[in-house]
Amino acid sequence: MQYVARPSSRYQQFLNRIPILGDVLRQPLGALGSVIVLVFMLTVLLAPVLAPYEYAQQDIPSMLQGPSRAHWLGTDHLGRDLLSRIIYGSRIALGVAIPAVGIALAGGVVIGLTAGYAGGIVDDVTLVLLDSVQAFPAVILALVILALLGPSLVNVIIVIGLAWTPGYARITRAQVLSTRQHQYVEVERSLGASQKRVLFLHILPNVVAPLLILAAMDLPVVITFEAGLSFLGLGVRPPTPSWGVVLSDGFNFIRHSPWPITWAGLTLIITTLGFTLFGETLRDVLDPRLSGSRGT
Amino acid sequence: MRTYLLKRFAMTVLVLVLVIVYLTLLVHVVPGDPAKSLLGPRANPDLIAKTRAAMDLDKPVLVQVGNAVWKILHGSFGTDVFTGRSINELVGSALPHTLILAWVSLGLAVVIGVPLGVYSATHPDSWLDRITAVISISCITIPSYVGGLFLLLLFAVKFKVMPAIGLGEEGNVLDYVTHLILPAVALAITWVGYLARLIRASLLEVLNQTYIRAAMAAGLSPRLIFFKYALKNALIPMVAVLGVGIGNLMAGAVFVELIFSRPGMGTLIYNAIQGRNFPIVRAGVLTVAFLFVAANLLADLAYTYLDPRIQLDKVRG
Repeated sequence: MQYVARPSSRYQQFLNRIPILGDVLRQPLGALGSVIVLVFMLTVLLAPVLAPYEYAQQDIPSMLQGPSRAHWLGTDHLGRDLLSRIIYGSRIALGVAIPAVGIALAGGVVIGLTAGYAGGIVDDVTLVLLDSVQAFPAVILALVILALLGPSLVNVIIVIGLAWTPGYARITRAQVLSTRQHQYVEVERSLGASQKRVLFLHILPNVVAPLLILAAMDLPVVITFEAGLSFLGLGVRPPTPSWGVVLSDGFNFIRHSPWPITWAGLTLIITTLGFTLFGETLRDVLDPRLSGSRGT
Repeated sequence: MRTYLLKRFAMTVLVLVLVIVYLTLLVHVVPGDPAKSLLGPRANPDLIAKTRAAMDLDKPVLVQVGNAVWKILHGSFGTDVFTGRSINELVGSALPHTLILAWVSLGLAVVIGVPLGVYSATHPDSWLDRITAVISISCITIPSYVGGLFLLLLFAVKFKVMPAIGLGEEGNVLDYVTHLILPAVALAITWVGYLARLIRASLLEVLNQTYIRAAMAAGLSPRLIFFKYALKNALIPMVAVLGVGIGNLMAGAVFVELIFSRPGMGTLIYNAIQGRNFPIVRAGVLTVAFLFVAANLLADLAYTYLDPRIQLDKVRG
């Protein structure tokens, strides 16, 4: 039998050389997600270069125009270039999502490790407190807190971090409970290892992988959540170009121009789709046991 | 089982009491006087004092919390200091609209999502399965407010085939239903995707079980195997998800109600927040939280009832 080198073999060799990302890129939907995430990241990095105008630059005579050579995606009610606002909006999306998920992750790990390792009354009280925070649907919790603190970028980050913390705390706690039953942890303990050593050297590393996967999956959820709060006027304040603010401006002028809603909505959907596909493929690659919930 | 039920019920009551405590303490986190921020800067001192008394703000914090827990556990949210109307009445008139919206959306999601998931699972790796997979992921990534805005733009503004806002003419059921279609679809989109994927995954898992293969080997008809043994078991995880779903749909209703100018819990809470009317915020948020917790509890119980192999008191850590 004659061996025929397939045209994709060089690409396959390239993928073999990249440990985790290579496996993600091998899946068609994972590759699509990776491309969208890459484009999004480049947009965030190169926003000032890519945007044809300043995001707040007004041109009242050109307001609410459709796509044209001067304004590829059209303009909003103040004549601001929609493309530039959407490009700069990517910075707000990521600028809120990463610190918010970071706060939730850090808070969740501390609470979950403490509750899971201490056990007893500490664990019981922590569970009741987590339940009581999770009794509020996230949107409602965010609405109430933002109404008190006032709308701003920092407050949105804090609120999302707070709303997401119980989820991470629960997963950390469950991982701690299961890991501490393992024989190697018991052996370590019987050899006289300190609590600190067991907790940070043996339990924490086992907890980190599922949490990082969860964090990757949460990024798109947080991006849409932030845009939703800004749409309600409780998140980022105008003229800062959050995609939610562009949607909200477009909603006020929905009968005059469909373009702000169309472009901001599509951008939000495509970005979320990209992160979701990437996150899910990454999860399947890193932890195939969890892939049952994936429908692809 | 009985111990578990009692424990779970006691936990639910405790959580709800804590929620009341948080919501009562909330007004003290706001900078300034809550009565002043409700009445505005021009309110006279007498009116402010009366409002403070009506809101219990003239009492020590612990008494305020105790009074709030006592009143709410006895089914009273008090009186709106602004309109003089009972807050129970305000919540009572808003709640049915949100419940109808959430249930209709969930129904739509089940009617569309389940057949999609079943088709995908019974035709795995076919090109239609792949298309369904992309459709379900895309549905999941469409937030309710973007879906709502797109539907509004397309069907109400561009083609003008659907009503844009409100509930419709009072007493006209057909008009009510017509006004419900766009908001319900907007809210259902995400859940169509979730359910399709969930059903596909759980059905594939069930179809690979030994008892299904044994039934096939015994020569039972594929239709009987599928509907009586496979689908019934594959639908069980959906019950747990629907419990969380109904709570999330009620929260997502905030956006949809505002976009389509529908009265409901979302609009009530949002307007109360904008007007700094904390007694109404407390009543609205508490009602949503109560329904959210109750839906989760019921889903848990239904889950155990439908699949007796699940012993929740042993599973919970």
